[in-house]
Amino acid sequence: MSHALAVEAAGLRKSHGGVLALAGVDLRVPAGSRCAVLGPNGAGKTTTVRILATLTRPDAGQARVAGCDIVRDQHRLRRLISLTGQFTGLDAQQTGAENLHMVARLSGLARGQARRRTAELLEQFGLAEAARRRVGTYSGGMRRRLDLAATLITEPSVIFLDEPTTGLDLPSRLTLWQAITELGGSGVTTVLTTQYLEEADRLADQIVVIDAGRVVAEGTPAELKQQVAGQRLELILTSRCAFDDVARAAAWAGVLEADPGRLLVSVATDGNAAHVRQLLDALDPRRVAVERFSVRGATLDDVFLALTGHLPEQAGEAGSRTQHDRSDQKEVTGV
Amino acid sequence: MSDTVIAIPAARSGARPSPALASMPVMIARCVRLSRRNLDALITALVLPILLMLLFVYLFGGAIATGTSYVQYVVPGVVLLCAGFGAANTAVSVCQDMTGGVIDRFRSLDVPGQAFLAGHVIASVVRNAASTLLVFGVALLIGFRPHASALAWAAAAGILLLFVLAISSLAAVAGLLATSAEAASGFVFAVMFLPYPSSTFVPIQTMPTWLQGFARDQPVTPVVETLRGLLLGTPVGASPWHAVAWCGGILAGAAAISGVLFRRRTA
Repeated sequence: MSHALAVEAAGLRKSHGGVLALAGVDLRVPAGSRCAVLGPNGAGKTTTVRILATLTRPDAGQARVAGCDIVRDQHRLRRLISLTGQFTGLDAQQTGAENLHMVARLSGLARGQARRRTAELLEQFGLAEAARRRVGTYSGGMRRRLDLAATLITEPSVIFLDEPTTGLDLPSRLTLWQAITELGGSGVTTVLTTQYLEEADRLADQIVVIDAGRVVAEGTPAELKQQVAGQRLELILTSRCAFDDVARAAAWAGVLEADPGRLLVSVATDGNAAHVRQLLDALDPRRVAVERFSVRGATLDDVFLALTGHLPEQAGEAGSRTQHDRSDQKEVTGV
Repeated sequence: MSDTVIAIPAARSGARPSPALASMPVMIARCVRLSRRNLDALITALVLPILLMLLFVYLFGGAIATGTSYVQYVVPGVVLLCAGFGAANTAVSVCQDMTGGVIDRFRSLDVPGQAFLAGHVIASVVRNAASTLLVFGVALLIGFRPHASALAWAAAAGILLLFVLAISSLAAVAGLLATSAEAASGFVFAVMFLPYPSSTFVPIQTMPTWLQGFARDQPVTPVVETLRGLLLGTPVGASPWHAVAWCGGILAGAAAISGVLFRRRTA
């Protein structure tokens, strides 16, 4: 093994009260990398992370995290990892500083050390001003940031983040993304779960797509996008009748997506102008059916759709949400 | 990429002597702080027993013949009721922690079950010490006149402490079993009810015979008889031994069961 693996799991299975949550999950995460476990609600993301973080025992399968067996070396492992769950692991009735200080003391830091580390992290996460306020008065984004700060108190070697930005507004998500991106510098391994394709694309150097308790694909964001056609020609058609004609005609070229609701047909291309022209002529010889066309690279949405047959949990607004995210990223890079 | 996966970061090495001992004071401080800030529960825990005492002394007291003035008879019982109520609320706070996100944080920090439960039980003792003092203060104002030596006061405090420890530990078991805070508060009502079929408010001889057996052999009666005897300077007979046996038994049993339950809930 040339690269040390921070997480190595094989055949993890788990049922909750007769319902199968994991049907044999394998996972290999190189040390120092950021891995996103991507999937819709109920796919088994949380169960996977909880098993790896020693909070749930698998029914079958093995896993080693940071060199420790998750069942046999449970207590040693807990000192090496840190988990931020989906629900805030903090006391609403304590202040931000009190919460962090408590976590620091429970991790074994002496009083003075704990105080220094608390102040440091509050500063780092932009919470110094709110340090003396009760967490109950914090916004959702502030709570997640404090939660993340609590996760980092003892400089763990593997960090698990379960849906770190679910339910947050966009500015909070962006702040949190930045914080997560900055974690990478210290050589720490991050395993995060998300149902946002954009988030996985942006934060992770390795993505594991799971659906219905199984890994359905894995690779870098670029590799996953290549698994589906690299480029696609999208046609918006003038009418339902035109849609039917074009969809039929496109069958030989390989239809990637056909959506009668949006009158959209999407076919694979290499993006070359000659090929696009040829496709347009072949699909719409009378030049009346196509209203608009665009050529674009595959997104993770396309990957997800191709792999699982459905879009991740964003029912109906999948497209619009992803677009939001994109425009927002631009804003941020501009800032 | 280096092979540093299993190197223990500096901040964590060297620290951590015995996890249970090291984390216990932190967990106790947390629970005491949370109790102090949970204003609703705190006010209920303080006001309710005082209202009950006034209710019994001024409304029912005239109709209840106990051989002494009723305020003398009932105050030790109200102190006990108040302690029982405060201690039983431990069920709610344990359950809230178990069903919230914070328990995952504690588990991933490897906080042992004993430390977690001790935090709640000790905080309950602190809460009850404060409310008991308040109840005694009001009792003195409305005419309660104890006749107790320093030793008797100490013994009374001791038996009350043991009672609060026992009920709090039992409440922790209820909190671990309950799946919601609402369910856990059911335990509080059960404990609130227990003093009524006992010698807390009325002498047992006045009850129907079929109830007398239960009233005499349930844990509240020997505790309240002991308290009454110690505070009023009357003979206590074998009550203290029964009280200690009951409370000690409940405490030991609850401690063992809660340890098992905590491990099972968090396995």
